[in-house]
Amino acid sequence: MSDADVIVVGAGPAGSCAAIAAARAGRRVILIERGPFPGSKNMYGGVVYPRILDELVPRWWETAPIQRWVVRRSTMVLSETGALTVDYRSNAWGEPPYNGATAYRPDFDEWLSRQAVAAGAQLVTSTTVTGLLRDASGRINGVRTDRPDGDLSASMVIACDGVNSFLAKEAGLYTATDPANFTLGVKETLALPKHVIDERFGVRDDQGVDIEILGGTSGVNGGGFVYTNLDTIALGAVLKLPKLAAQKKRPEEIIATLKAHPAIAPLIEGAEVKEYSAHVIPEAGYSMMPTMVTDGMVVAGDAAALCLAAGIWLEGVNFAMASGMYAGEVAAAAVARNDVSAKSLTAYTDKLNATFVLRDHKKLRKVPGLVLSDRVQQKYPAFVTSVVERVFRVDNPQPKPGLRRIVREERKRAGIKLSQLIRDGWTGLRGFG
Amino acid sequence: MTSIARDTSWPEISFEERIGTAEFRIHERAHIVVDGDTCRGCSTRECVVACPANLFVPTSDGGILFNYENCFECGTCYMVCNKEGAISWSYPEGGFGIVFHRT
Repeated sequence: MSDADVIVVGAGPAGSCAAIAAARAGRRVILIERGPFPGSKNMYGGVVYPRILDELVPRWWETAPIQRWVVRRSTMVLSETGALTVDYRSNAWGEPPYNGATAYRPDFDEWLSRQAVAAGAQLVTSTTVTGLLRDASGRINGVRTDRPDGDLSASMVIACDGVNSFLAKEAGLYTATDPANFTLGVKETLALPKHVIDERFGVRDDQGVDIEILGGTSGVNGGGFVYTNLDTIALGAVLKLPKLAAQKKRPEEIIATLKAHPAIAPLIEGAEVKEYSAHVIPEAGYSMMPTMVTDGMVVAGDAAALCLAAGIWLEGVNFAMASGMYAGEVAAAAVARNDVSAKSLTAYTDKLNATFVLRDHKKLRKVPGLVLSDRVQQKYPAFVTSVVERVFRVDNPQPKPGLRRIVREERKRAGIKLSQLIRDGWTGLRGFG
Repeated sequence: MTSIARDTSWPEISFEERIGTAEFRIHERAHIVVDGDTCRGCSTRECVVACPANLFVPTSDGGILFNYENCFECGTCYMVCNKEGAISWSYPEGGFGIVFHRT
């Protein structure tokens, strides 16, 4: 008899949800985590949207270790010295059933893994999976770990081993990996007293703020973020890998420049760096995704590039939790009918296609490329902010120049062709669905 | 470039202090191995700029000094490297390596 029905590799949001779903369906599940505890290898740039947990963990908000509920969602465009912010506030987001939350991933992921254990999954930490096991026909039927006598057999494997997914690569599910599809996220967790954060960001109690930033990354394509935890502020940058390497600016220097921006500096004044962290993000969305299933294995979460980096929408944990849950359900059913062939497991791909997981990604498949394009990154922030600067600058005794003239002049100054602007605007409108 | 006084009213920290804020449980086995000969012939050196932990340091004799100990295990180095086989990358032993807390 095999060691388990289903082996789940990686106890992040995808893996724990896969384990919950498969264990609830009555399967024997081993959930393997290479860190000393789930979440210990994980960081992110922001906010978790746990609505999808309604199915797996009813009333999750009563026990989930969140920091603050996001009631202010800001999108900020930075030029060298200017800042244009679109800021939406809804205190209703700070009440049940809630919307987005800030949370420390080591806390959140550990909590989610405990739900998997409660559902009957066996959690094995401090264990690195080093490869896949296959039967004579080539079907994946277990994993090799770095433990002595560390081979574990199962009917099938769910690979939730993160952005580097050596399992998906070993299984041949990625044809190639282009560094241009990835960004590096670097972050500082900055300590400030809670009342100071409340005052600076205009919130109280467990209300929080999420600021996403275009521009301000020292000419390296990417973006920035600032968000509030209870008594820390998370501030960081997301940097397109080839551009980062080509522009000769180190990640911590880019963060330092962002921190010094006149619109950011007052928010973090006096804050001490409590923790510095980094992680790679699969940024390109639908165009970079692997084949999702093979004989004896499916892929979920970041391992399947299920991270949505679509400008105004930046999500990942929810896509991980949903894909993991569907993977767990499909795996449980496939094991029950004793058919874990790729053909049988396409039920997983069908489920992703039928739900927000791939519907959002397909709808927005052009957006990640547009958002990280040179024009959006290098030219539009200065263009947009200088237009607003002139609109609101009163140059009496000069009369107002008129909006059309300002736009035309600033567009030319920024070196943007009208045809390009129209084309990008059209791509944006269509791309955002 | 516009010159406007930048506000830097927070304590400046050295890179050592910065990396010292993260917890690394160091295993004796290096999980990343860098082929010094290949790096010696590399002029672009993407890893030196991009590694968030600053683990790739050029030496005066044209080589690259690499230390695996304070590694975030992010994967940036092998992704940006354009020299086949220069960086052999794997995860550390289970339970070792970076341990995040408030990320």
